[in-house]
Amino acid sequence: MQKANSTQRSLPAVRTSGARLAWIGRGFLIILALMALIVLVRNFINNPLLFAQIVISGLQLGFVYALIALGYTMVYGIVRLINFAHGDVFMAGAFVSYFAVTRFQLHVWPTLIDPNLPPIVITVVGSITVILLSMAVCALLAVTIERVAYKPLRNAPRIAALITAIGVSFFIEYFGALNFVFSPRFIPYQRPFEVVTWYIRDGIHLVIDGKAPPDGSITFSNIAIIIMVVSILMQLSLQFLVRRTRIGKAMRATAFDKQAAQLMGINVDRIISITFALGAALAGLGGVLYAIAYPSINTLLGVLPGLKAFVAAVMGGIGSIPGAFIGALIMGQAESLTAGYISTPMRDAIAFTILIVVLLVRPTGIFGEPEKEKA
Amino acid sequence: MEFFFGSFVKIVAVVAWVYGLLRVMGNSSKLVKIVGIVAMFGIVQVAILVKIGDDAILNSFDTGLLFQACTMVMVALGLNLIYGFNGQFSLGQYGFYGIGAYTAADITYRWTNGQASGLIVAGIGVVLIGAVILGLNRFLSRFRGLPVLSAFTLYLIGVIVAGVVAYYVGATIGDALTPLFGSTDAPGILRSDIALQLVFVLAVLIAGIFAAEVAFLFGLPVLTLGSDYFGIASLGFTIVVNTLMVNTDTILPFPEMKGGQGMIGIPKVTTWFWAFAFLLLVIIVMRNVIHSSTGRAIMSVREDETASKAMGINIANYKLLSFVIGSLFAGIGGGVYAHYIGFLSPGTFDFIVGFNPLIIIVFGGLGSMTGTIVAGFFWMFFLEGMLRVLLGQMGTDAPTWRYVLYPITLLLMMLLRPKGLLGKVEWGFLRPEEVTPRRTAEMLNSATGVMPTVK
Repeated sequence: MQKANSTQRSLPAVRTSGARLAWIGRGFLIILALMALIVLVRNFINNPLLFAQIVISGLQLGFVYALIALGYTMVYGIVRLINFAHGDVFMAGAFVSYFAVTRFQLHVWPTLIDPNLPPIVITVVGSITVILLSMAVCALLAVTIERVAYKPLRNAPRIAALITAIGVSFFIEYFGALNFVFSPRFIPYQRPFEVVTWYIRDGIHLVIDGKAPPDGSITFSNIAIIIMVVSILMQLSLQFLVRRTRIGKAMRATAFDKQAAQLMGINVDRIISITFALGAALAGLGGVLYAIAYPSINTLLGVLPGLKAFVAAVMGGIGSIPGAFIGALIMGQAESLTAGYISTPMRDAIAFTILIVVLLVRPTGIFGEPEKEKA
Repeated sequence: MEFFFGSFVKIVAVVAWVYGLLRVMGNSSKLVKIVGIVAMFGIVQVAILVKIGDDAILNSFDTGLLFQACTMVMVALGLNLIYGFNGQFSLGQYGFYGIGAYTAADITYRWTNGQASGLIVAGIGVVLIGAVILGLNRFLSRFRGLPVLSAFTLYLIGVIVAGVVAYYVGATIGDALTPLFGSTDAPGILRSDIALQLVFVLAVLIAGIFAAEVAFLFGLPVLTLGSDYFGIASLGFTIVVNTLMVNTDTILPFPEMKGGQGMIGIPKVTTWFWAFAFLLLVIIVMRNVIHSSTGRAIMSVREDETASKAMGINIANYKLLSFVIGSLFAGIGGGVYAHYIGFLSPGTFDFIVGFNPLIIIVFGGLGSMTGTIVAGFFWMFFLEGMLRVLLGQMGTDAPTWRYVLYPITLLLMMLLRPKGLLGKVEWGFLRPEEVTPRRTAEMLNSATGVMPTVK
């Protein structure tokens, strides 16, 4: 190795400590943050209503990302694998609900029992059935993927599993894009229930179809509220599951040390499958809600939300459920604020920029705890 | 059926050709080397020129595949250096490929339109930025434990200053050269064919170096993140580059690249000679890097970071070095590719297509140069050439079917033969020099009088 170090040998013998120059990097970050802050504050002062509108759409996006990110963070926490196919499970959720609604009219099934039921009951029961079906199918899909593709590679190098995950993801996307499956086109999504929009200006009013809300009002829709409520509920129940139940305890033990968990009598394979199923069910739920909010679906639908949700999970500290949640909300805001104030196409770029900055400043993420290196 | 056999023969011929090329390059006699390389070049050139019936032996479709295979091999070799030899899982290779393609294309495009400023600005910029990076590297290595963010900030400031200086200086010089182009009726000295060929070579090299410099700036902070995160961040890089390509005319100030519509009017200068020459260049550089002490240091980082650190290897430096060289290859490949069809569209550099080099190196075997080269040619001729046509006859689903089959191949490879088809076999030129007692004595004699004592 003498040759390799020849550059270093020619250097002066005395080296100064570089830690004293840490202020340069810190200053750079502070300047970046200040610039972002100035842009935001100026726009907020100029047009607070538009700002609020952008924040609302960011919240809607962020809560969907949160649903996906929970699956990523759980799976990564346990098997240390970036499950690339998770975004495609999200896509599958949207497609299952699409077929349930268009082919099988599942969203109006209560009419079969009694056509005279009040419409609100029909819609609520029907929609919940559609969503549950999507979640179940997604869970099944994820468990299958795990059994077929990931399990044989559990003791292989981690990168082998990562490449496999990329392969699975591609396979799902492009198999779905075949003409006899879903076709590669964008398909207009038929919602299980209608989206109703309100605007706030001197009280809350309904937006009538085909009529723009008056100037100086903030609009919000029922799907935004549903997304937020469902996402928070899911986060709380997941937290309960992981913290308070036996399965959750087993999951935490597996995440902490797989071998020790096995010695304690935990069926690690089963726990991993359950984790995949849970994460996929949440992703499927997210997929349905996302498709209702942005009603145009195609087989590549899950790629970017999946990546961004993963970035959110990493940002919050991978393996941490509240971290994934907070990270996803930050991601949603960052994306919609970028789209609103900087430039729309750069919304995809901002996610990765934030990821790099966060990881450089805090390598374990916002909520992550420093952990021992696991092989 | 005839097509099927024809393609099959071509694939076998191409693989045999690669084997022959590597064999003659590995011959110890210089004469055999040179004659052999010229002969290997000539065989294909003849096959392109000679016509049997109406069509050449290698018709335009096959020639196109050949050029694309050459660029793909360059890109994949770069990725193999980064991932296969150094162990840094990168999905950013297509980003650098795209940067190289667009940079080179823009230089020659401007040249053919009577603007020398593109070449001059890019040339001065690349040299200045390189000088700044090298100088700062020298200077900053004095500081022990410098936080990566501070180093990045200093490099960034330096690069921006160098870029601005290059822009103003280059624009002035470039404008001064405009009269030398003459008009289309009375072409000046700079509009000649030879000038264009020269500019093309310069443009490809500049594009490669530019990609390498971008790789340096990107890799410096991001390589510290660790393997998985680095993979995701580099995937993000590809996506960001692609977004910028779609918006070259709106976000970036390059209206001639026409954003999402794709850039047209790039001179089609890539001939078999240039594709072959650049491929040879990349192979030779790659081989010499790998079989040097630098290469061994790069590989030791892959095997065990702690152990190589204990041996006194600066891990961060070698990660960065292999990333920069790998991106240099990608940039050169991009430059060659851009001048082949004369059309560039952002869709060519989509991050989904960006998994192609990864498939190739996994297929050919991680850490095997021969594997990458063979797999690159095989992939182009078999999957892109043969399968595409065969599937195309079956229905409109063809492009989609390809992407269904790739991941299945990838999955089967990972599950059944994770070492790649060829494993660690290297052919001819790429094989490490055998260490015989005689060879060791030669090396010791040629060393500068220092005889290491064996204890």
